[in-house]
Amino acid sequence: MDKILDTIIVGGGPGGYSAALYCARAGLSTIVFEKLSPGGQMATTSQIENYPGFVEAEDGFELGEKMKEAAEKYGAETILGEVFSISVNDDKTKELKTSEGDYLAKTVIIATGASPRELGLPEESNLIGRGVAYCATCDGMLYKNKVVAVAGGGNSALEEATFLSKLCKKVYIIHRRNEFRAEKIYLDKLKNVDNIELVMDSKITKLLSDKKLTGVVVVNNITGEERTIEVDGLFVAIGRNPNSEIVKGLLDLDKQGYIIADETTKTNIPGIFAVGDVRTKDLRQIVTAASDGATASKAIEEYLSH
Amino acid sequence: MAIIVANSENFENEVLKSEKPVVVEFWAPWCGYCKRISPLLKSIAEKNEGIFDIYTVNVDDNEKLQVYYTVLTIPCLFVFKNGKPSDPLIAPESKTVIDEWLKDNGVI
Repeated sequence: MDKILDTIIVGGGPGGYSAALYCARAGLSTIVFEKLSPGGQMATTSQIENYPGFVEAEDGFELGEKMKEAAEKYGAETILGEVFSISVNDDKTKELKTSEGDYLAKTVIIATGASPRELGLPEESNLIGRGVAYCATCDGMLYKNKVVAVAGGGNSALEEATFLSKLCKKVYIIHRRNEFRAEKIYLDKLKNVDNIELVMDSKITKLLSDKKLTGVVVVNNITGEERTIEVDGLFVAIGRNPNSEIVKGLLDLDKQGYIIADETTKTNIPGIFAVGDVRTKDLRQIVTAASDGATASKAIEEYLSH
Repeated sequence: MAIIVANSENFENEVLKSEKPVVVEFWAPWCGYCKRISPLLKSIAEKNEGIFDIYTVNVDDNEKLQVYYTVLTIPCLFVFKNGKPSDPLIAPESKTVIDEWLKDNGVI
């Protein structure tokens, strides 16, 4: 732990690697900690269409690899490992305890992203991998010609349902409101799909299982009517939770757990910055995460020059 | 020998009858999360060469194995010792989780 780095970036998604690219190009010693593989949530998507310049959809995993390579080309380093805790020393350096040993840095960028939110039903965690899933592009093929349900009403939920409708015999979309939050382009894709059934104003109250998931019980929020739907799989797409566990108690978080930071990416602690999905913001996209990364490098340069 | 391909034909001899513990990953080419963990598995296999081997089973080509071991989510990992599978490790979220799981199953 003898060397004090200019910056350590926690998380290797688009926010993290964009920060790494800009910091490395600014001549700062930069390490990215990534607990699994580059790309973050983006890496599980095979079709990225909403990024400037992508005429054909690109694969998220490959884009993650390219973002890593680009940052490393200018001197950023990647460590595959997990950061357990961050603390601030008296001399304002930041100390990180990680699975690969302890590290010291003048600044830290939190780029830990977000993870799918769970329904919160008691049987849910037992059924993960046995009917309950959180990513259609990851697990959808295992439900080929079967009956599945998607829970949720946002962009992700409708995208998952559209994807599954091409593989599965039937897809139910179970949504607690009577209209979808999703953008028009996702709603348009649902039209003319005849194997999707909408179950609106409804909430899943129980998961039925016999070793694996066999069905869900839904209750209509308006009529109170209870209905059992037999399904082989349930894809949960009801939003995301920020991965801010490691900075709880250190940084100011909002009610949902997002790190409070504005467009400058500065948190309440000088020298610690938050970028991408883990930060409070209106739109969580690859392009906004990448933008945060660039902005953070400027804030870091400013911080280090004082 | 870092990562070895297993299938219905060689599974019994290579995995079930192996004297050393064997780590088996069920995966498929279309699986994004499988792609994410594959560089990590490769580095684990290289680091532990001689201690245990990692085999991969493509579920698209080996439905019987997939069904037999009730693999409904991939990537799904098992440690096989004396032909018996451990509890599955499903879509591990980090390198640390895989390391801990290997330790818990007594292979490292």
